[in-house]
Amino acid sequence: MPKQQVKSSRGGWLFLALTLLAYMLLGLSNPEVIVKALTFFTHVMAQVLPMLGLVFLLLFIANLLLEPKRIKRYLGKESGIKGWVTAVLGGILSVGAIYAWYAMLSELKKKGMRTALIATFLYSRAVKLPLLPLMVHYFGAIYTLVLCLYLIIFSVVSGILVEKLTKQKTE
Amino acid sequence: MQANDHIKDSLRKTIKTFFNVLPIIVGMLLLTSLLVTVFPEQISAGLFGNGDILDTLLGASIGSIAAGHPLASYLLGGELLGGGVSLIAVTALVVTWVTVGIVQLPAESLLLGTRFAVYRNIISFIAAISIAFLTVYTLRFFGLN
Repeated sequence: MPKQQVKSSRGGWLFLALTLLAYMLLGLSNPEVIVKALTFFTHVMAQVLPMLGLVFLLLFIANLLLEPKRIKRYLGKESGIKGWVTAVLGGILSVGAIYAWYAMLSELKKKGMRTALIATFLYSRAVKLPLLPLMVHYFGAIYTLVLCLYLIIFSVVSGILVEKLTKQKTE
Repeated sequence: MQANDHIKDSLRKTIKTFFNVLPIIVGMLLLTSLLVTVFPEQISAGLFGNGDILDTLLGASIGSIAAGHPLASYLLGGELLGGGVSLIAVTALVVTWVTVGIVQLPAESLLLGTRFAVYRNIISFIAAISIAFLTVYTLRFFGLN
């Protein structure tokens, strides 16, 4: 098992254990809050479960069809403008909670996806297509249009900056 | 035969990845539920009103630590606008709500690397403030605000 995968696996369980410890400690002093938090958790978990099914399916498809060579061509260092467009559109079109996409992006990273494109994907998720009518309702159509344009531009800018900074520290 | 092996191999890999990710997702949902319960949405317009720069920083900070559906940020943003908070501060809140994730930071670090997660969130925070000013000034420049 690769080092990063072992780290993420152990870290994940440690993170869950620490969160449960926080629940236990808070539960000793304020059990009401814990009951409320667990009720909220059950409600959210019920909504997230179908999403986890989708994540499993996407991971399986990625493992089945996306070979490192192909990922490198479309989302790797040599992908050029095609890579940027794919990352921006992918981010805009991606649905569901962000943490579900971390797993997918982590897999794509292992297969050669460029760091800048991961950051761009995550930033362009701020353009939420299904919620645009609501944003227009609250803030107006022109505001929504201008904001979305800036979000797309900055998704690329943030991608470039994140890659530069992470690379500098690695070197 | 080779195709069958490839499917089995992909399935095995997927199950392994999925079970690595599962405690992170469950842990994060538990943490989010706890934070949402301990710090309910008691943000009032009274916190704002200290000038564009401080209000924008406050809006961006609230959006960064907030956890919840983006729709909630529109509702809160609409309320704050109605309460007299500047559009720049509200924009910063709405943008950081979806681009910066302090609560998600442990999960992002574990899956994409700590350095990546930290730099991405810092840059996203700064970008959100820039976007807030640029959006409102662009609207003002074209007389559309």
